[in-house]
Amino acid sequence: MISFEARDAPARWTSWAVPAASILAAFIVGAAVLGLAGVDPLAAYGELLSGPFGSGFGLTETLVKATPLILTGLAVLVPARMRLWNIGAEGQFQLGAIGAAAVALFTPLGRSPGAVPAVLLAGMAAGAAWCLVPAALRAWLRVNETITTLLLNYVALLLVDSLIYGPWKDPAGRGFPLSATFPAAAKLPVLLPGTRVHLGLLLAVAAAVAVAIVLSRTRWGFEIRVIGDNPVCARYAGIDLVRNTILVMGLAGALAGLAGAGEASAIAGRLQRGLSPGYGYTGIIVAWLAKLNPIAAVLVAVLLGGLFLGGDALQISLGLPIAVVYMLQGLIFFFVLGGEVLVAYRVVIRRRTPVQMSPAASR
Amino acid sequence: MTLAAVAVLAAAVRAGTPVLFATLGEIFAERAGILNLGVEGMMLVGALAGFAATARTGNPWAGAAAAGFVGGCLGLIHALLTITLRANQVASGLALTIFGTGVSAFLGRGYVGVPASGFETTPLPLLSRLPGLGPILFQQDPLVYLSFAAVPLAWYVLYRTRWGLEIRAVGERPEAADAMGVDVARVRYACVAAGGVLAGLGGAFLSTAYTSMWIENMTAGRGWIAVALVIFATWDPLRAVAGAYLFGGVNALQLHLQATGTNLPIYLLLMAPYVFTIIVLVVATQETARKRLGAPAALSVPYSRTD
Repeated sequence: MISFEARDAPARWTSWAVPAASILAAFIVGAAVLGLAGVDPLAAYGELLSGPFGSGFGLTETLVKATPLILTGLAVLVPARMRLWNIGAEGQFQLGAIGAAAVALFTPLGRSPGAVPAVLLAGMAAGAAWCLVPAALRAWLRVNETITTLLLNYVALLLVDSLIYGPWKDPAGRGFPLSATFPAAAKLPVLLPGTRVHLGLLLAVAAAVAVAIVLSRTRWGFEIRVIGDNPVCARYAGIDLVRNTILVMGLAGALAGLAGAGEASAIAGRLQRGLSPGYGYTGIIVAWLAKLNPIAAVLVAVLLGGLFLGGDALQISLGLPIAVVYMLQGLIFFFVLGGEVLVAYRVVIRRRTPVQMSPAASR
Repeated sequence: MTLAAVAVLAAAVRAGTPVLFATLGEIFAERAGILNLGVEGMMLVGALAGFAATARTGNPWAGAAAAGFVGGCLGLIHALLTITLRANQVASGLALTIFGTGVSAFLGRGYVGVPASGFETTPLPLLSRLPGLGPILFQQDPLVYLSFAAVPLAWYVLYRTRWGLEIRAVGERPEAADAMGVDVARVRYACVAAGGVLAGLGGAFLSTAYTSMWIENMTAGRGWIAVALVIFATWDPLRAVAGAYLFGGVNALQLHLQATGTNLPIYLLLMAPYVFTIIVLVVATQETARKRLGAPAALSVPYSRTD
């Protein structure tokens, strides 16, 4: 029979070998599905890798894709530290884009020298406000935040549609569902000339460092960690669960909103459909693969950003949908979850339990 | 009753049916102590498998069987990860939804716009001519009738059979069930797989009965709505009917208003089912807290004798 024995401490080799083997295993199973659908897996993976690693342009574009992923990853990670599941980063991202567009297009601030901070702050405020709905329901009425944050994603996408098919549709846009383009002053500056790497990357990395410092070095971070370790203990210690729920979810919404504002302002330059190919959902995987460590989230976001860029290459050269990327991400997630058991437990295979143990000993 | 009201109520039953299947399935998984947030993914893969098998064989029952089969297989992945490997149940469910969304969109790209002859409306003899209820309940397609049968069957199994007793025991006090000689892991595997089969059927209903086509992401959150309705139903199959048809009613009403023309903006109508589900969840949470009808005690807690 197979049994699992808890390891005293995780074996050192598992910390790198298990994630690496998980990704490899995901790609092998992915190859089988691709083959089943009549796609040559080797050709597909060749394209997938040539996207991010084929050229200098590929490397900077990977950073462009990683920028929103760092932020949505943080938006999932911070609440997860206190055992809250925010799977609404996708919707908060959309609200961030809406907030940015509102300020850029419909206020005098959009053409002022202070347009960039105004646009970003508006996006953060809108994302935070959106996330405060499930946060308030959770904090005061104990409503499951996993379901409410997720359901609001659908509402947020419809809200974007209602604006770009309705009052915000560009009159000069020949009927396409797009807003007008942002004024030049409201576009995020490019960091590296000749690339699309924009100010958002710097802000995202700064946010990761700030979150790491808050979590490890401040009283607030300490409270969040205590709640995460033991909510009952936290209550006895006088830690305010309601206040922390509101603050943490608000912060999460602001981070995802910043991602949306950045994509609308720096990449698309307008409000439109498809600003996110699902960055909010990938944020869940970023947070989990990073083991809820904000600095590790930056590295994981770059890795998964490369996968998205490879997905673009697949779309262009082989006509495959971006869904292939989601399939692979799901598989990676499966194998990482399964692999974690190898980190925490030793697999023992015995033919039979040799000694009949007393009930007390088996507890 | 006016003809329009009858039409809206009949549409409510149809719109509620896929969610009803999925809710029943999730009730079984959660009653055994396993939270499966992969319902949306299982429904999507079920919808694709159901459509593909129907299109290839011309027989929608083959589609339903295929959908139930792949739904069950996906459920078993979640079972393996959460029961045997003791992975976090929320994370594993999310992985399943992400995978199911991706794999169905990828494998289904060849089926977009393909015609297929799905289930057809089959009025039941005598019953369909009942005044009032007849046109609402009994002028539907066979999968709707299957869902009518599934509800009392699920209730009977859960509350009146030894299996049901074992399922509830495993979800409430796994260590006690284990001491009584119940194989906890086996019961949980079976319930999660059954949940997958029902979610797959719910998906197949969308692609072979509600419509006869495959569209990427066609479940549009119905899997999540089912997870919410499990709480509304207080883990009881009979109450799941009320939840599913309430959702169906809101959906049917908004479609009716869209079709007949109204001053309400269309996007507000499209948002209604989601907002309504959130409101239902809030109300249900207060009610379950007041009446102390909590979730199964061991929900989302892995079980092992050595812990």
